[in-house]
Amino acid sequence: MATIELINVEKKFGPSYAVKPMNMTIHSGEFVVLLGPSGCGKTTTLRMISGLEAVTDGQILFDGKDVTWLHPSDRDIAFVFQFFALYSHMTARENIAFPLQAQGEPRDSIRKRVEEVAKMLRIEHLMNARPGGLSGGDQQRVALARALVRRPAAFLMDEPLGALDAEFRESMRAEIKRLHIEQNATTVYVTHDQIEAMAMGDRVVVMSAAVVQQNGTPAEVYHDPANLFVAKFIGSPGMNLIQGHYADGRVALPGDNRYDVPADWHTTIHEAIGRDGDIILGFRPEAAHISASGPIATTVYTTDLHGSYTMLHLEIDRDTIVDVRAGRGTNYPIGTPARFDLDPAMVRFFDPKTEMAIRKGGNP
Amino acid sequence: MSSYSHPARRRHLGDKRLIQMFIIPTVVLLILMNVFPLIYSLYLSFTEYSAINPTPPKWVGLDNYKKVLSDNLYWHNFAVTGRYALISVSLQMIVGFGLAMLLKEKFKGSGLLTTLILVPMMLSPAVVGAFWKNIFNPSFGIFDQFLGYSDPNTAPEWLGDPDLALWAVVIVDVWMWSPFVMLLSLAGLSAIPDYLYEAAAIDRASAWFQFRRITLPQVMPLLLIAVLFRTIEAFKQFDLVMGLTGGGPSLLQGTQAVNVTETVSVKLFRLAMPPQAQTGLSSAMAYVVLIIIIAISNLYIRALNKVREG
Repeated sequence: MATIELINVEKKFGPSYAVKPMNMTIHSGEFVVLLGPSGCGKTTTLRMISGLEAVTDGQILFDGKDVTWLHPSDRDIAFVFQFFALYSHMTARENIAFPLQAQGEPRDSIRKRVEEVAKMLRIEHLMNARPGGLSGGDQQRVALARALVRRPAAFLMDEPLGALDAEFRESMRAEIKRLHIEQNATTVYVTHDQIEAMAMGDRVVVMSAAVVQQNGTPAEVYHDPANLFVAKFIGSPGMNLIQGHYADGRVALPGDNRYDVPADWHTTIHEAIGRDGDIILGFRPEAAHISASGPIATTVYTTDLHGSYTMLHLEIDRDTIVDVRAGRGTNYPIGTPARFDLDPAMVRFFDPKTEMAIRKGGNP
Repeated sequence: MSSYSHPARRRHLGDKRLIQMFIIPTVVLLILMNVFPLIYSLYLSFTEYSAINPTPPKWVGLDNYKKVLSDNLYWHNFAVTGRYALISVSLQMIVGFGLAMLLKEKFKGSGLLTTLILVPMMLSPAVVGAFWKNIFNPSFGIFDQFLGYSDPNTAPEWLGDPDLALWAVVIVDVWMWSPFVMLLSLAGLSAIPDYLYEAAAIDRASAWFQFRRITLPQVMPLLLIAVLFRTIEAFKQFDLVMGLTGGGPSLLQGTQAVNVTETVSVKLFRLAMPPQAQTGLSSAMAYVVLIIIIAISNLYIRALNKVREG
């Protein structure tokens, strides 16, 4: 299994960047998800790692060996495409055998290995079918089998579940995760679905506008977003972000609300924006709890029942609506007042000028 | 439903009437122009009859077919046609597919080049025949010049030499119809999605392996269609031969003189038209050709279905 290093790798189409110079190390056996909205450069990054796309500058190393200008076939990788890219004129078995046949392996060992992989993915019964006759999920299983069959040093997956129905997506997610654990293969996985990214990745690399926004564990990008983009993009709904003005340990919020900043934040904030300045208060919906004595007064705007919990949309003033998670037991009629308080360990602050998070101990 | 007023209904034609009115003229025309001649010629093929003779058709059973199928003279025409079709279609497939592989990648001017290559296909075979007759002329034609023969006395006489004449027709047919194969191949090649080659590159397939396992099978249906069209056309070959050689030159084969480029269609034409005007015999020959073409087409269509379904 390979360690993949990207050193100042960039991709330009004409004058515009598809990927601005980026550095990243993917450790051996790690499952790294490249996450971002469409057009953010995540697929281009993956294709550069695979060699299907040439870099315009920078270096790509596999296990310390420079592969920047190697042909995809010389990189010992497997690629799983969003639309499967199965050979439509071949049966599932022929598709899976293709990489081994291309290397001229003996017939017997090919047959054995193909059966082994088919068993692993539970597609033995589909082996004589052609891709056109298979469901999306089964086609992707065949594509995964084709990727697995050669025991490559790394798996690159480009939205492999993007073309599947919702029901397949959930089960395939688990299958891919399980495969990764069994194979312990270095995997780079591209998706625009943040739930998928959080569920599958050992590490999530959030990209936007050709730039890496944050590179961290799922917990880090969720709880400690590096900037406003990540805060909004991760989570559904994203983090609540309220414009306010900080002065002397207090944040003045819309609707004449005041929030006393936990004392352990004071120094950090003073260092970042001074004793008096604009600030953005951020918190996840589950960081807030409805409480009659809470410091922030709101009116119930609307509520959604989510089965195990209720999501309250609370209006602080005309322009500011926050999402707050509440138990499903209580009824919150629209238009009634509600106050909430925040878990002091779960509040975050952002500098509106730089859009970066204000972090205790500075930004890493 | 009952609110429809009857007068309104009467003024308009019903769907069924309308359909009949459009279809009946076509069907009548088809019966008069196609079905009747087909059946009538089938009848004539079992008779002794000459269209320019007032004697009515005389039933002779299978005599005409026996003659066509057993007489060496006719067998020669089938052999010429078969050899011609095999050589010509094979060369067209190789040249056409080769050109398509070269033109597959877009480059500056590739569109114009493609169009120019297609020009021969758009010419009338009669014109092509007339032109190439001059091109093949050993004294002033450019073909021999290109081959390096400057002396007309030693230059090969393409249309007059019994060993070369069929090849001359093949060369013109290949020149004229390879572009058609190229066009179909190009359509097939450009329909192969790029991601298949990307997947193959990832799967470590060599260029040759990709060509053999992806390109060829993917264009095979269109290649088969090209083969089918070109074979049927080759079996009907008439106009180019008439324009170039008129079926000649003659060659003494045993005790019989045979025309080396006389295809079945040319022979048919000679038999059916005055002065010979052997209507019954030529009908029988035409039916033999028809059956051969249907048989070949069926083989190809079967192959095509096999390729499609696997």
